[in-house]
Amino acid sequence: VAALLDRRLIFVTGKGGVGKSTVAIALGLLAARSGRRTIVAELARQERVRNSFAAGGDTFEEVEVADGLFTISIDPESAMEEYLRVKTGRIGQALGSSRLFQAFAMATPGMRELLSMGKVWELAQSARRTSGADPYDVVIVDSPAAGHGIGLLRTPRTFADIARVGPVAATAQRIAASIDDRSFTAVLAVATAEEMPVNETLWLSEALAGDGLALDAVIVNALYLERFSAADGTRLARARRGTGVSSPANAALGAALSLRARAAAQREQLNRLAEGLGAAPLQLPYLFAETFGHDELHALADALDAELGR
Amino acid sequence: MSVADLLEGRRVCICGGAGGVGKTTTSAAIALGMAARGARVAVVTIDPAQRLANALGLRELDNEPRRVDPDRLGDDFAGELWAMMLDPKRTFDELIDRVAADPQRAAEIKANRVYRELSTAVSGSQEFTAVAKLYDLARDGNFDLLVLDTPPSRNALDFLEAPGRLTSFLEGSAIRTLIRPHGLGLGVRVLGRGASPLLGALRRVTGIDLLGDLSTFFGLLGDMTDDFSARAAAVQQMLRDPTTAFLLVTSAATPAVDEAIWFRRTLQEGGLPFAGAIVNRVHHDRFGDAEPDDVAAELAAELPEALARRVAATFEDYHRLARRDHRNLARLAAEIGDGDDDRVIQVPQLDGDVHDVAGLERVRAFLFASEEERERLIAEIVA
Repeated sequence: VAALLDRRLIFVTGKGGVGKSTVAIALGLLAARSGRRTIVAELARQERVRNSFAAGGDTFEEVEVADGLFTISIDPESAMEEYLRVKTGRIGQALGSSRLFQAFAMATPGMRELLSMGKVWELAQSARRTSGADPYDVVIVDSPAAGHGIGLLRTPRTFADIARVGPVAATAQRIAASIDDRSFTAVLAVATAEEMPVNETLWLSEALAGDGLALDAVIVNALYLERFSAADGTRLARARRGTGVSSPANAALGAALSLRARAAAQREQLNRLAEGLGAAPLQLPYLFAETFGHDELHALADALDAELGR
Repeated sequence: MSVADLLEGRRVCICGGAGGVGKTTTSAAIALGMAARGARVAVVTIDPAQRLANALGLRELDNEPRRVDPDRLGDDFAGELWAMMLDPKRTFDELIDRVAADPQRAAEIKANRVYRELSTAVSGSQEFTAVAKLYDLARDGNFDLLVLDTPPSRNALDFLEAPGRLTSFLEGSAIRTLIRPHGLGLGVRVLGRGASPLLGALRRVTGIDLLGDLSTFFGLLGDMTDDFSARAAAVQQMLRDPTTAFLLVTSAATPAVDEAIWFRRTLQEGGLPFAGAIVNRVHHDRFGDAEPDDVAAELAAELPEALARRVAATFEDYHRLARRDHRNLARLAAEIGDGDDDRVIQVPQLDGDVHDVAGLERVRAFLFASEEERERLIAEIVA
């Protein structure tokens, strides 16, 4: 795991609502801070990275949001236009601007995913196809949730198998080979210590294994501090009975007991995950922040750094 | 306002929102509450948490609503609660069975490679089949209310957009301009003149004989594409019907509220009937102005000093979240407009997952309470 940031292509996946985008950004910050030229690629029209750094720019453009940290938002339509322009010159350009052609290509099952993967792969090449573009040391992909995410990873292989001839077959083959190469590509799952995210992570781990891939790391995000022991809990409950019902002290004890209950429930799920994976996942703390800004992102990057070095 | 008020006169309730905000639990609690009041209600869900599925007695994907055993529900339960887990592949196959002219044709379609890709693709097929199933259940008219838990997706908009993408593919509108079948035979490969260079180029670039695969597929579908169009129009009509309600489900966290606001705007632009919002996991602020030191001092009589300080620190953490939630709720209310925030129903942060009928009952109590009752329930939790 220590070598995670030495992979050129890192897919970050996980169920919605677990903080996957946040973790992807924090990982990007960490990579950039270590001197690696890094880009975080988003595959939906989310633009969370851009918003986190209040940066502008066109979406399908590589924009620097912090020192050595870039972002791009990849949509299949733009990816296709670019691909056709680079690969087939003028004919391609004409094709790409044909709405009929766009509609036709986009309607082809799997084509949207393949085009997105193609762009992600292109970003990770040491010699970029895009003219005048500098190479990146690390490309972090904020990828869709488990089911969609695995579909995405499979797409190049599927196309390589289906496509009979032509440049796409060759490209899909190359992309698929890169994904299979564990020194080039890493897959990372983010979860929270709740039932559904844990289930999905365990499912993902199995499904990837079925494809000859594996999860390189699992990160459990938003873990509460275990501030109170079981003995503390008993004490707090007793103390609460002694306070006035509508007093701040009573409310404070209520908040403490609630935190204890939630931390215990999380611990249970965390153990289930560790057992299922056969390994202890990496852990990130819940940040009790009123707003989530640079300080919080850097705090998460620090925490990730410590966990990756563990 | 309570959920019962929001759903007055509605026959279809669609719970939409980003992933991880408690959509499945909320949908189940809404169905439970409406059934408790006497209605015959079915909740349609995809992939619920195992324990919740067990609680509802849903053991398998059988793609038909099953009645939840009344013994699992309270004694004063006036109506009927039904639940089903959607099987997208099966719903898709059933749709083909229904629309195809004969079983032979249906079998050929189901064996077609394009169809197999289409019906098992994770993205799109869940959304498409969820709406298709909802439409069939609504048309059958066996239930007073249908509650749809929309498929888990990265963003709420997928639910609105994905079915359209798939439908327009099935209608073949883009493709029909390219492939112009002469006669009604299968596997027609005669092209409109303008299309052949385009398709030739596509084949050169992709290396896939899309034309062959697709023309076989659409040859098989034949007139069925008209049925798909007709159905799509009927589904759109159902979604826009005044007896349909879109309920936005969100948590009070910032990204979820951003998403909810975006979703609400899209509903509005699309002319879809928005009924209200349910905000889960709200941290309610009481005594927010109490100083942590004072709280610690007050606790010092009851607890050792170090423990009292940790309690005070926890209290402070809680209030940071309460302030965040308060701000996000204000943003949401402003979006919904008219200062009309009684269409926003808050459910406080509860300890632990909801995974049984008792847990659903607890959520239901908040959803169906009157304003005063809800205040009282929240006070019970917070103070």
